[in-house]
Amino acid sequence: MIKKEMIAMLLAGGQGSRLGVLTSKVAKPAVSFGGKYRIIDFPLSNCINSGVDTVGVLTQYQPLRLNTHIGIGIPWDLDRNIGGVTVLPPYEKSTNSEWYTGTANAIYQNLDYMESFNPEYVLILSGDHIYKMDYEVMLDFHKEKGADVTIAVMPVPMEEAKRFGIMITDENRKITDFEEKPANPRSNLASMGIYIFNWKSLKEALLANAEQPGLDFGKHVIPYCHSKGEPLYAYEFTGYWKDVGTLNSYWQANMELIDIVPEFNLYEEYWKIYTRSEILPPQYIADNTVVERSIIGEGSEVYGKVYNSVIGCGVTIGKDTIVRDSIIMNNTVIGDNCELYKAIVAENVNIGNYVKLGIGEEAPNETDPNIYNNGIVTIGERSVIPDGITVGKNSCIFGITTEDDFKDKYLASGKTLIKAGDDK
Amino acid sequence: MRAIGIVLAGGNSFRMKELSQKRAVCAMPIAGSYRSIDFALSNMSNSHIQKVAVFTQYNARSLNEHLSSSKWWDFGRKQGGLYVFTPAVTAESNFWYRGTADAIAQNLSFLKNSHEPYVVIASGDCVYKMDYNKVLEYHIAKKADITVVCKDMGPEVNVDRFGTIKMNEDSRIEEFEEKPVVAKSNTISCGIYVVRRRQLIEMIEKCAEEDRYDFVKDILIRYKNMKRIYGYKLQDYWRNIATVEDYFSTNMDFLNADIRNYFFKQYPDIYSKVDDLPPAKYNVGAHIKNSLISSGCIVNGTVEDSVIFKKTYIGNNCYIKNSIILNDVYIGDNTHIENCIVESRDTIRANSYHAGTDGIKIVVERNDRYVI
Repeated sequence: MIKKEMIAMLLAGGQGSRLGVLTSKVAKPAVSFGGKYRIIDFPLSNCINSGVDTVGVLTQYQPLRLNTHIGIGIPWDLDRNIGGVTVLPPYEKSTNSEWYTGTANAIYQNLDYMESFNPEYVLILSGDHIYKMDYEVMLDFHKEKGADVTIAVMPVPMEEAKRFGIMITDENRKITDFEEKPANPRSNLASMGIYIFNWKSLKEALLANAEQPGLDFGKHVIPYCHSKGEPLYAYEFTGYWKDVGTLNSYWQANMELIDIVPEFNLYEEYWKIYTRSEILPPQYIADNTVVERSIIGEGSEVYGKVYNSVIGCGVTIGKDTIVRDSIIMNNTVIGDNCELYKAIVAENVNIGNYVKLGIGEEAPNETDPNIYNNGIVTIGERSVIPDGITVGKNSCIFGITTEDDFKDKYLASGKTLIKAGDDK
Repeated sequence: MRAIGIVLAGGNSFRMKELSQKRAVCAMPIAGSYRSIDFALSNMSNSHIQKVAVFTQYNARSLNEHLSSSKWWDFGRKQGGLYVFTPAVTAESNFWYRGTADAIAQNLSFLKNSHEPYVVIASGDCVYKMDYNKVLEYHIAKKADITVVCKDMGPEVNVDRFGTIKMNEDSRIEEFEEKPVVAKSNTISCGIYVVRRRQLIEMIEKCAEEDRYDFVKDILIRYKNMKRIYGYKLQDYWRNIATVEDYFSTNMDFLNADIRNYFFKQYPDIYSKVDDLPPAKYNVGAHIKNSLISSGCIVNGTVEDSVIFKKTYIGNNCYIKNSIILNDVYIGDNTHIENCIVESRDTIRANSYHAGTDGIKIVVERNDRYVI
């Protein structure tokens, strides 16, 4: 008989629209991070390192990259005879076919999947945070407290608490109340979106609220469980945990990896992070180069100067090119004599020679000032930028551009240039 | 596929000096991220050979660790797969492999139980890319009994550790000398053979009956007038790594953009076991010139004209020039290393000085490492 003590359900269907063009073609969990990784590698590695070998990954928005990345789970040792990783897209039913309309609704639509493993506990995760966490320790806490639901929480500075879902607990960590983005927070314990449910309670709660439109854990399921008087506990996590939901936080989290001893250390033997690596060869650093305070992935070739940057795998940086404070993702080619300042360049981008990114005075972005800010230049995947182009700050380019798309070979600060290419 | 594969990986070579103490030649790390045997195995896989046997004997621990899963070369199949054959005591034999032919003889059931008509035999200590199907087609077109892949070496290359070949205008091998004192030809055997499976079984059984054990001496040379043995000239890059000098220069070849491009960027790929190491990290004080750096490295010092293998730590103010640092080496601050090969997993204390003055120096320190 199949029996798994705890299985994980990983919510990976969201777009993550605040990452702008980085997520126009891929779901947020599939966005590159730290050179060679993708965001979903962190929760998946946490699962296998915690001994959770059955993971359902719920996909919806642009799942192709995610599907090919996960495959049958070989990089994470999640290719199992029983369990392992299963990608769970929404599917047609004889009645009432619908997309995943909310976090809990997605889980509700996969009750059969969970049931087939006959679990005691279900771990709910989201695929958009950077952290290392032992879910087994959280499970021990859950059992010790005799909880029905355990919510992982993180102490945040009081002034930031109003951006989060806040848990109010007694001295025993039992949750007495909670509030969503409160104006005057009564506690600084923010929910991390990581839950352990007793399977029976989860099933009962999902079935009871099945008709609720946009069924959501934070808004509906947790309040329902609380109102029924089930014991809810808060598990406090104090390690490194980063939300990379905005371009600025994404940029910052990447930059933290290049510190001398990074707070989030990938170089520890313990708790490895796994990813699918197609590119194996070493990187080549040529003559007349500078590489300083940077991390670089496999198979990249550097002929220019790289300062304070995160470079992915298979990247080429041309002669006399300067890359500073930037993130360059896999397989991007940057020509000779370019200058990049605080740029995020997605995968498979082709930048010509004498291209300058991040030049001049800052100006707020005209179309999406909430997305493109802090002086960051963002280039979407598979974009092409021809020779000799200069681009200002808080700007964004996506698509195969030619010289005709630029006035006087120039894109001013705060401008967005999105070309709907043939493949869009 | 019409062929099964055999990779001969049992060998040790005194020419590898201290480097062979730890591992068989075929397990030698190559080009930062690979091992020597990856090239033969990837060629097999890319030639759609699905059933491959690796014969190991000399210090196979490192090699077996590398071959612990066959999935990296895509051999994890229900049809075929990767087989590792080490000498074993059986009812018939309690000998080690006394030679290449004996190794095949002791595992003859592998050949007998297969149904593919041909066998590709390759040695695991060479660095090259090759589609074995091309040799097989040639083999069939020539109606050959055995085809030997060979290569013209430059006049400057000393060939006295190889087998040298002379062919007639039809490419049939007329002369074959093993490790000649004075070579009559600069065409050498690459140690890659194609032969019909039944033919091989027959010859190996005959050999075993006569207590002969060596594939080259007792089959190729002995049968060269009786059987149709042909040479197939390999034009592309090919290097054998089984001496310290050749091992060093083969690794240094990868600093050449054309060779890197040929192996790393052109189809087909070379595969290797994936190590899940983080990206290489360069801190303030790192100065790199013309070098290969592998994943998991942390660099704080100067590296010039060198190949740095995986997971190496290079301390502050270090100066490393024209050297090969094998996997997982820790190099303390202010260390000078020039013209050296540093053995893997070694710990070089701070303020050390190592320089090869007359050729390549092999550094084996075996210091304890204290990790926090």
